[in-house]
Amino acid sequence: MPDDDAIRCDACPVLCYIKPGRLGSCDRYGNHEGKLVRVEPHVVLDRALSRGQSIVPFLAGDREWDGNIVAGQETFVTAIGAGTTYPDYKPAPFIISSEVKGVDMVTVVTEGIFSYCGVKLKIDTDRHLGPEQNVVRAQGEPVGHVTTSEYGSQMLSLGGVRHLTGGSRHEGTITCETLLSLCNGKPVDLSVDEGASVTVQAGKPPIVDSVCEERMRVGCGSATIGMFAKQWFGKVDEVVVVDDHITGVLSEHQAGKLLGVPETGIKMKGRRSTPGRYFKVAEPGTAWGGTNISDPLSILQPFEPKTAWAGLRLLMVSTTGEHSAYFELDEALHPVEKDLPLVLLESVARIKENCEPALCTVLFMGGAGGSLRAGVTENPVRLTHSVRDALTRVTCGGAPVYLWPGGGITFMVDVTRMPENAFGYVPTPALVAPIEFTLKLQDYADLGGYMDHVRSLSSIAADEGRRHVSARADNPWPLSPSKPPEAH
Amino acid sequence: MATRAQIQLLPDGRRLHMHDGPIDLIIEAFGPRTQIQAAYRSASARFVTVLDELCSELSLLRREPSADALPEGVIAQRMTRAVSPHSTIAFITPMAAVAGAVAEEILLAMTTAAKLDRAYVNDGGDIALYLDAGEEFKIGMVERPDGPSLFGTATLTADLPVRGIATSGWRGRSFSLGIADAVTVLAGRAAMADAAATMIANAVDLPRHPSIGRARACDLAPDNDLGERLVTQHVGELSPDEIAAALDAGEAMASSFLPHGLIHAAALHLQGHTRVVGATLPCATLNAPTAERGLVHA
Repeated sequence: MPDDDAIRCDACPVLCYIKPGRLGSCDRYGNHEGKLVRVEPHVVLDRALSRGQSIVPFLAGDREWDGNIVAGQETFVTAIGAGTTYPDYKPAPFIISSEVKGVDMVTVVTEGIFSYCGVKLKIDTDRHLGPEQNVVRAQGEPVGHVTTSEYGSQMLSLGGVRHLTGGSRHEGTITCETLLSLCNGKPVDLSVDEGASVTVQAGKPPIVDSVCEERMRVGCGSATIGMFAKQWFGKVDEVVVVDDHITGVLSEHQAGKLLGVPETGIKMKGRRSTPGRYFKVAEPGTAWGGTNISDPLSILQPFEPKTAWAGLRLLMVSTTGEHSAYFELDEALHPVEKDLPLVLLESVARIKENCEPALCTVLFMGGAGGSLRAGVTENPVRLTHSVRDALTRVTCGGAPVYLWPGGGITFMVDVTRMPENAFGYVPTPALVAPIEFTLKLQDYADLGGYMDHVRSLSSIAADEGRRHVSARADNPWPLSPSKPPEAH
Repeated sequence: MATRAQIQLLPDGRRLHMHDGPIDLIIEAFGPRTQIQAAYRSASARFVTVLDELCSELSLLRREPSADALPEGVIAQRMTRAVSPHSTIAFITPMAAVAGAVAEEILLAMTTAAKLDRAYVNDGGDIALYLDAGEEFKIGMVERPDGPSLFGTATLTADLPVRGIATSGWRGRSFSLGIADAVTVLAGRAAMADAAATMIANAVDLPRHPSIGRARACDLAPDNDLGERLVTQHVGELSPDEIAAALDAGEAMASSFLPHGLIHAAALHLQGHTRVVGATLPCATLNAPTAERGLVHA
């Protein structure tokens, strides 16, 4: 039977058959993985100490019209599912007042439609993802570009209005889809022109060319020498820490010199920067230490016969400890690979241990520059001024944002600090993101707010809930007046 | 049952919200306070049995109307009457008029119990109106909630033969066979407007166009009245010629309704293009801050 997977809802006499992933005719009950669930259009953050608690009472409200909100001071109404009143010169869908420590607070809750938006992606890897400025693609469509290499990570910039609406329709659609997935914490496959393929997901390790990145490097090759020189001293004659950025050589490095490590006659390829520090020992890649080499000996030239000696012990290791090899020189001064001695195994393990887990970080960046502000106040520029003057706090699904200095209200938010599935889209294409403005009631009146649309939290019955999620302990409480708006 | 329905005044203290299963009504009556209270009491008393009445004949209401099997319920009969004129032209079931018919019934309960100046019952965008002589309603209009759109008001005066407004489109809560973003119909009664809006929205179409995603209604909702018919799930970008062709089809349908008095006017919207059929209401475009609109959404 084709409808075997449908379930029957008995919430009302319509008795809908509901297929998995779909809603009944009321749009309120749905089939979530075979279970009948109430789905709420509107997320309310309950202040709680931990995540993971979730209670789901339901309300009698019409999602378009009325904003019945749970009572109580410790509840913050997020904009998720609030809907929008675009074109935005109507009052925002929900304007909620609540008294916090004797001060009447107002939260203007709306969902913004962001054509001017994108994500800044930090991918913790030293592997070369592709040349700066090169195009990043999803499903073959250009959705962004490679920006800079940062410490232990590669930065990509995805989205932006030029990809969303400036290119072909298909480019815009795929860009929107990519941003939406990333912001809602789903994995996305990206490829960089002349570079790597990478699977990214907020808060998860990146997968570069089918290899899951586990750890960030402990430091550059030179820093690694500095950190571990003492632990190597006496156990090995020479250490090369292979790094695409700066490869370190123990015997030549300041740290080795201070310990009295004798010269070994080692000769590196690449360009020497300062003693024991080499640039460009190889090409960037996804192998040893973010280079393209799989054979570490390929970055060495023959040892200097006058200085080197047979039996010389050489450790080569990458900056994450992920790759390592141990050699001893034979009579002809050729390195011969041997098993890593136990004493060195420890130091390699320690490099690994000191590397932080490699993650992908997704920051949503959007600008509430134009008409969205008009849903908050009849005089939109005053909202910008108010945010600028730190009288109004901006949150995104209850999560703190970083506000860019300068004009407009351009902000960034870590999507992993927001409730799940906080983002939506419209076919424009553009992303729909929640945005809340919280300020004192008096300040709201002063900036020309829609005072006649303000609703009081306490005036509404407690049993009419929306979707409750626990607040994250590491997020500042959005209504707490003790924290400055930019705190994060 | 009576305990299932939820009825409450909205926080503004003026509008009444009634909810039961898939039915959500927003109601507002205007007039002397005692009359408003009487109207709301009557509406509430009527409302609590509406869903049960409809569900008792649901399987019949999900089939094309037939003279052999007429429903018993007063709302069900109103639904059937509203769709019958259309059933010779294209597939339609009484369910196409359920929202308008319910709105009408509740409005009727109010106006028979109280002397009101004016009143409306809004059933998810399908609206039944009451206007006493000399009264008028200002109706806010938005072309589409998610794109640049004109925004204005229309004034509906008591002398116009319009007491029902309905909107249908593939983006709405119900499935559509067509691709219109929204078709808004003004008609004599809400159930008529509802049925006509459904028909016109179904007619705005480009059959077998590759950028239109469709799925069998039964694959999405097994008990839907549309059965194996293909309902619109996605509409890609269309060229101006294609938009015009689709709107032409809808306009032809709407125009054919005019001489029979099935509709007073209709506005058809598709990807930013609008076609108006029939007599329009006096409209005023709001003094909108146009510089804030356009491509800049946020």
